[in-house]
Amino acid sequence: MIKLSNAQIAWRAAQDLTDGAYVNLGIGFPEMVAKFQPKDCNVIFHTENGVLDFGEAPAEGEEDWDLINAGKKAITLKPGASFFHHADSFAMVRGGHLDVAILGAYQVAQNGDLANWRVGSKGVPAVGGAMDLVHGAKRVAVITEHVAKNGEPKLVESCTFPLTGVGCVTRVYTSLAVIDVEQGHFVLREKLPDISIDELQSMTGAELKYDRAPNDLIVPEL
Amino acid sequence: MDKTITTLAKAVAKIEDGSSVMIGGFGGSGAPIEMIHALIDRFVETGSPKNLTVINNNAGNGYIGIAAMIDQGMVKKMICSFPRSSNPRAFNEKYLAGEIELELVPQGTLAERIRAAGAGIPAFYTPTSFGTELANGKPCAEFDGKMYVQERWLKADYALIKAECADTHGNLTYRLAARNFNPLMCMAATDCIVQAKRLVQPGEINPENIITPGIFVDGIVEVPDPQQEEAMIREGVKYA
Repeated sequence: MIKLSNAQIAWRAAQDLTDGAYVNLGIGFPEMVAKFQPKDCNVIFHTENGVLDFGEAPAEGEEDWDLINAGKKAITLKPGASFFHHADSFAMVRGGHLDVAILGAYQVAQNGDLANWRVGSKGVPAVGGAMDLVHGAKRVAVITEHVAKNGEPKLVESCTFPLTGVGCVTRVYTSLAVIDVEQGHFVLREKLPDISIDELQSMTGAELKYDRAPNDLIVPEL
Repeated sequence: MDKTITTLAKAVAKIEDGSSVMIGGFGGSGAPIEMIHALIDRFVETGSPKNLTVINNNAGNGYIGIAAMIDQGMVKKMICSFPRSSNPRAFNEKYLAGEIELELVPQGTLAERIRAAGAGIPAFYTPTSFGTELANGKPCAEFDGKMYVQERWLKADYALIKAECADTHGNLTYRLAARNFNPLMCMAATDCIVQAKRLVQPGEINPENIITPGIFVDGIVEVPDPQQEEAMIREGVKYA
């Protein structure tokens, strides 16, 4: 089946960033969004461990391990960067100062519930900043495959995995579609041209609503 | 007033069995590795301190720092947000064997609990974790139509802090992103002990540049050439 690559999903999510926005990208896949900022769109990236306006990773051998992001990767600073302690950092998150948070997901429910921190009760639990990041940003977006590796829907009526946050997700960018969460429902905004709404619905665990024909989801080869 | 402590051994000498110890840093950035190792040295020599509750964002990495404390059996309980790292072996083994307790706290809640303790605020409400298993058993309340979870302050007996520059009054600066939890932990511990790369006289740090005012600091030991935990891990260093 034709679907978007991770880079293409990240590219699509990046197109909704606006110049001057304060943005937190979750650790891992969401970090890829930074590569695809539209031209003339300079966003300011926030990282939980106390840096605003960081740039790309330094060249190998140039790392300063006191200068890292929340994923413990070495970063560089852009002109205008700032440092702050952890309480201020999470004040930026919970206090509603961030414009966008883009996160990964195991499951998203039609009411916006997000499960992205653990899949069961085994092993060593680790939550990091996941439960904080879902509260306070003006937009909480998710980027994800449309279905899990085993074919199970990731967009569901209600999450079966442990919740990260309740009713927090506002938009989902998947490998097949762009879907908003509005008033307890998934609303289809864009889909790949080669997939029918019925096919997409069959791979989605909750009803897809649409008030108008969805736009084509067109992304470049990457 | 002079809060200088002359040696690392003296800096960590007071920490007793059963203490709660906040350790600054986020991963290797801002981790007071020399003081942690001085504490391990004391334990290896004397069998104390043990049964410690350690508060840090993480739960140790590789074979140094907090991971080495866990390997030595000094740690009874970890309070942290993310007990994972590039090599979380030390914590994982003990946790899965039921030999160490874990209190898992969302990162922003951990920071705010520590800040609240330092600010004399016994409890506060946060949206974080509402509706999740980490809110189980905690009071919840509605404010302006939204639900919040009550969290309590988190105090400690000791804080081990890494600063870039300190003066003898305990005024501190930090290097790059090594600030993270350090200023908060300074406020929240009864006895805040700092290792600083440079120890200077009062007045030598521009007051405009001071991040932690000396009122929060109890002792300072100069460690002129501090090691960086992440760099040590990448070199494969093992301690004890």
